[in-house]
Amino acid sequence: MRALLAAAAAALGLTSLAAHAVHAATPGAPRLLSQTGLYASPGRVDARHLAYAPQYPLWTDGAAKSRWLHLPAGATAASIASIDGRDEDAWVFPVGTKAWKEFRFQGRKVETRLLWKTGPSSWIFASYAWNEAQTDAVLVPESGAAEAAEVAPGRGHSIPSRTDCRTCHGEGRQTELLGFNALQLSPDRDPGALHGEPWRPGMTGLGDLVARGLLRGARRDLLTRPPRIQAEQPTTRSALGYLAANCASCHRGDRPLPGLDLDFRHTSRIAREADEPGLRTTLGRPSLFQPPGLSSSLRLAPGQPDRSALLQRMASRRPASQMPPLGSALVDEAAVTHLRQWIAALPMTPSH
Amino acid sequence: MSLSLTLTLSLARPFLLSLLGLSLVQAGTPGQSVIQRGAYLVQVGGCNDCHTPLKMGPKGPEPDMARMLSGHPEALKMPPAPQLPEGPWMISMAATATAFAGPWGVSHAANLTPDKETGLGGWTEAQFLQMVRSGRHLGQGRPVLPPMPVQNLRAATEADLKAIFAYLKSVPAISNRVPAAVEPVAAH
Ligand code: HEC
Ligand code: HEC
Ligand code: HEC
Repeated sequence: MRALLAAAAAALGLTSLAAHAVHAATPGAPRLLSQTGLYASPGRVDARHLAYAPQYPLWTDGAAKSRWLHLPAGATAASIASIDGRDEDAWVFPVGTKAWKEFRFQGRKVETRLLWKTGPSSWIFASYAWNEAQTDAVLVPESGAAEAAEVAPGRGHSIPSRTDCRTCHGEGRQTELLGFNALQLSPDRDPGALHGEPWRPGMTGLGDLVARGLLRGARRDLLTRPPRIQAEQPTTRSALGYLAANCASCHRGDRPLPGLDLDFRHTSRIAREADEPGLRTTLGRPSLFQPPGLSSSLRLAPGQPDRSALLQRMASRRPASQMPPLGSALVDEAAVTHLRQWIAALPMTPSH
Repeated sequence: MSLSLTLTLSLARPFLLSLLGLSLVQAGTPGQSVIQRGAYLVQVGGCNDCHTPLKMGPKGPEPDMARMLSGHPEALKMPPAPQLPEGPWMISMAATATAFAGPWGVSHAANLTPDKETGLGGWTEAQFLQMVRSGRHLGQGRPVLPPMPVQNLRAATEADLKAIFAYLKSVPAISNRVPAAVEPVAAH
C-alpha cells in the first residue's frame, strides 16, 4: 500500500515525499562527541583541524571557549577542499565541513557544539554535554538541557535547543558560521575587543587560509586592506565589533525582523563610520522599548546611557526585555560598562 | 495515449491527493482554496476570540468586525491591572478581550491583519512558521506570552500553518499599533 502511494505521489510530481526519503538517508549526529571526528585519539584534538579564535567572541556567561574547523578532502585525496570566498560577507563552505566549539566553566568542560554541513543547504546542529569524568560528551536532546553548569549562585547555564541554535545561525541554505568569517579572522585584530582571545601560534587566520589556498575567489587586496570595523575612535570600534558579534545574528539588514529596521551587521561594503549599520540604524532613532520609569527612549541616545534602549536591554536578564533574548543567563557586565562609557562620551549632536 | 494519461491524472489529482492524506494546499501557491482553508482554520482555531476586539452590542459584547483581527486597540490605554484578592484567581482581562494581565505581566493580542507597519504585512511566511515552531516573539525574541495558544498551533501541519498565514495576508489591512507587552511589576 505504502509503495503504491509513493508511486502515485511520484506520478503526481509530488516531491515532498521524496524529499523526506532523502532526509532520512542523511546521517544524524553521532551519539558521542568522540565519534564526530574531533579527536585523533582520546583527549587529543586531530592536528589537521584548524584551530581559530574570532576577534569578537560571543558572550556566554563568561565561558572559556576553544574552536576548530575541519575542511573535507578535496578532489585528490591529498588535497583539502577550499572555501568559496567570492562573497566576502557570505563564504560558502564545502559539503563535509565541520566546526566545533568547546565551552568551559571554572576549568571544566561543560558542552561542545557541532555544526556539520551535510549537503549544499543542510547542516546538522548538535551539542554534547560532558560527563562527570570529563572523558567524553553525550548528544543533548533537541530541546536542549537546562542548568548544565552553575555560572553564578543560583544561576545556571543552559544548553540551547536546536531551534534556538537556528535562531542565531540560520536555517538551511542560510546557515552561517558566525565566528569563521572575514571580519572575525582578519589580521587587523582589534586590541580593544571585549573578552578578546589572544591569537596563538598555530591558529588559523585570513593570511593562513589564503597562503594555503583554502580560501578561493577572495579579492586580491584582502590582506593589504583587511576587513575592519570602520570607526575613528578605538572605543567605537570595539563597541560596534561587540554588537556585530553578539547582536547581528538577529539584527541584520539582509534578513530584517518585521517592522524593526535595526541592523548591527558589518559588511565589506561599509567604507566609513557613518555607514556602519550599528550607528546608522540606532543613533537618535526612537525605540519601542520603555525603560522602567521613563516614558520613551532612543535606541542610542548620545550622552545618555540611561535613555539608550540598546544598553538598557543588554543590561537586563528579565525574560521580556533581555538582549540577546536567549543564549545566556548573566549580563555581560564588562560590555555594559564599556558601552555605557562609550555612549556617555558620544557627542550630543552627532557630527555625521 | 500520453495525452489521455496526463488528462486522467490531472482529473484524478484532487482525489489522489486526498487519498494520500495531503490537502491541495501543498500543491501550489496560495490560491483561493488555500485561503478558504486558512479562513476555516482561523475560525475553528478561535483566533478572533482574542485578536478581534469585543464591543458592546444590543445583546451584550460582540466581536467588532470592523476591526477584525486587528488586535488590542491602540487607543485603549490600559490602566495598571487590578490587584486580585487572595484566592485561586489569576488573570484579569480587558473588556475588549484583547489585553490580559497575569503572572507574566500584561500581554496584548497582536494585529494579525496585513498592515505593513503594525500588522503581519512585513512578515514572511518563514517568519510565521518560525514563530510557531520556536514559540518566540517574531520567531527570534522572548517567549510568546500567554494566553496565546502557540503550543496548540505547533500541532498544526506545515500546510495548515501556511494556509492560516495566506488567509491572514488576505484580510483587510487595518493600521493599529498594539502596545508592547508590559513586564510583571516584581521584575522591575
Ligand atoms: C545567541 C546566539 C547563538 C546561539 C543561540 C547559538 N550560537 Fe553558535 N555561535 C554564535 C556566535 C555569535 C558564534 C561566533 C562567535 C564565537 O564563537 O564566540 C558562534 C559559534 C559557533 C560555533 C563555531 C563555528 C562558528 O560559527 O563560528 C559552533 C560550532 C556553534 N556556534 C554551534 C552552535 C550550536 C550547535 C548551537 C545550539 C546548541 C548554537 N551554536 C547556538 C551564536 C549563537
Ligand atoms: C486566548 C487568546 C488568544 C487566542 C485564542 C489566539 N491568540 Fe494569538 N495572541 C494572543 C496574545 C495575548 C498575543 C500576544 C503575545 C505576546 O505578546 O507575546 C498573541 C500573539 C499572536 C501573534 C504574534 C506572535 C509574536 O510574534 O509576538 C500571532 C501571529 C498570533 N497571535 C496568531 C494567532 C492565531 C493564528 C490564532 C488562532 C489559531 C491565535 N493567535 C489565537 C492571544 C490569543
Ligand atoms: C536571538 C535573536 C536576537 C539577538 C541575538 C539580539 N536580539 Fe535584539 N531583538 C530581537 C527581537 C526579536 C526584537 C524585537 C522584539 C523585542 O523588542 O523584544 C529585538 C529588539 C531589540 C531592540 C528594540 C528595538 C526598538 O526599536 O525598540 C533593541 C534595542 C535590541 N533588540 C538590541 C539588541 C542588542 C544590543 C543585542 C546584542 C547585545 C541584541 N538585540 C541581540 C532579537 C534578538
